[in-house]
Amino acid sequence: MPDHTAKAFDSDLQDLARMVAEMGGLAEKQIADSVDALAKRDTALAQRVTQLDASIDALQSEIEEKAVLTIARRQPMAVDLREIVGVLRLAADIERIGDLAKNIGKRVIALNSEFPPPKLIRGVEHMADLVLGQLKMVLDSYARRDVSKAMAVWRGDEEIDAVCTSVFRELLTYMMEDPRNITFCIHLMFCAKNIERMGDHATNIAETVHYMIEGRQIADKRPKGDTTTLTALRTAADG
Amino acid sequence: MDASIPTKPADAHIDGPVRAHVVNLSFYYGEKQALFDVSFPIHDRKATALIGPSGCGKSTLLRALNRMHDLYPGNRYEGEVILYPEQINIVSPEVDPMLVRLKIGMVFQKPNPFPKPIYDNVAAGLWVRGIRKKSIVDERVEQALKQAALWDEVKDRLRTSAYGLSGGQQQRLCIARALAPDPEMLLLDEPTSALDPIATARIEELMAELAPSVTIVIVTHNMQQAARISSYTAFMHIGCMVEFDKTTTIFTTPKESRTQDYITGRFG
Ligand SMILES: Nc1ncnc2c1ncn2[C@@H]1O[C@H](COP(=O)(O)OP(=O)(O)OP(=O)(O)O)[C@@H](O)[C@H]1O
Ligand SMILES: [Mg+2]
Repeated sequence: MPDHTAKAFDSDLQDLARMVAEMGGLAEKQIADSVDALAKRDTALAQRVTQLDASIDALQSEIEEKAVLTIARRQPMAVDLREIVGVLRLAADIERIGDLAKNIGKRVIALNSEFPPPKLIRGVEHMADLVLGQLKMVLDSYARRDVSKAMAVWRGDEEIDAVCTSVFRELLTYMMEDPRNITFCIHLMFCAKNIERMGDHATNIAETVHYMIEGRQIADKRPKGDTTTLTALRTAADG
Repeated sequence: MDASIPTKPADAHIDGPVRAHVVNLSFYYGEKQALFDVSFPIHDRKATALIGPSGCGKSTLLRALNRMHDLYPGNRYEGEVILYPEQINIVSPEVDPMLVRLKIGMVFQKPNPFPKPIYDNVAAGLWVRGIRKKSIVDERVEQALKQAALWDEVKDRLRTSAYGLSGGQQQRLCIARALAPDPEMLLLDEPTSALDPIATARIEELMAELAPSVTIVIVTHNMQQAARISSYTAFMHIGCMVEFDKTTTIFTTPKESRTQDYITGRFG
């Protein structure tokens, strides 16, 4: 696409894109650190995760302010308007991902070094890996304006949902085996659910990227593989 | 809705009754060709915006629609502009340009009231058409001034000179003058470019009120204005019609990259 006649408009848009990328990078680090803190029983790291969330929030406000100013100054049309509206949506989703990572950090602190055996954490770690992969890929699809990559992320969420369901099932089994596992299994379930929600936000981001590029929403229905709530009920009934 | 106005559902761009069809219209200022094979529908009782870079032929096209070009010798039209429901080709040499101008009113960029009382300015179009009966003229003048949202501001000074009005008021007066004879179509060439934001907003408001009853074609350089007030938009470039579509489509997801580059300020 050719540059704008008003060069300052291009640099405004570039600034916004750069800020979103920065936010995305921070969110990736937050996810990795929060799950690391969980796996390594590292309360200090968990503490840092909860504190760092403020900088993601701050970036979001900065993006919102700049986006509103850019709309007021440039009165963007078509792709440019979608770009800015998209940026606002991306920032909101990334901010939520940051919140969810912070929640995991808080749970690690709440566990207060009463940590589950590693085998219980493995499923959650696997989920976190998948979500991190999704987030990296979707941010990349945004940076490169790559619709097919965004669509791959959009379809990939199903797998995370499926893994989440099986993690729930596994944790329920541990709880039934030994009631002493219940406390941290419940914490782990919430962590898993947090990660699953992060995946949903990555999917939202994929939808936004699609909208920014194509100018219309994705036509298909969103694939849905998460049946965690039902699993819990069903297993409880079976047990 | 007038049953004699045809709709052509076969054409993807036509989704309602059409007041006029511009078909393969070319126009020459003497030797110089200014319009090339332009085709698009003008929807009935909707506003259609003409946009495009300076010199692309918007004013030329608008003037063709009421045969203004005939005022100068050597100008030449090719193609057709079919006006419905009469089904006459308004650019045909057989059709009297005066007749076309009686049917189709025009408002220009700069307000151009006559140096006459406000009342006379609005009544002029009626007198030209042989409407002389005072009660009828009074009534139509009042109605047109009300339609142009000017009545309340001038009703006590109808006999004073139009030159005493502000620029925005003068422009609304010109719109009232064009509306008084109840034209089939109203053409506006950048009607707000000389006005301040408040006067502009009033004219836009007025257009929104007129749209359900009058067919409007408006040239504007203000993309936001086109997006606000029109239902259809035509993008022109160097004498050609590049893209015609619903305004919402043109300003959100235009199909042609030239349209996109223009409306997003990336041209040339
Ligand atoms: N009377 C004329 N004789 C010869 N050429 C003319 C005449 N009027 C306009 N042109 C040429 O025709 C082309 C289209 O002009 P027109 O005024 O229709 O453009 P426009 O789209 O209305 O531009 P703007 O946005 O600046 O008003 C231009 O190249 C212009 O120089
Ligand atoms: Mg012009």
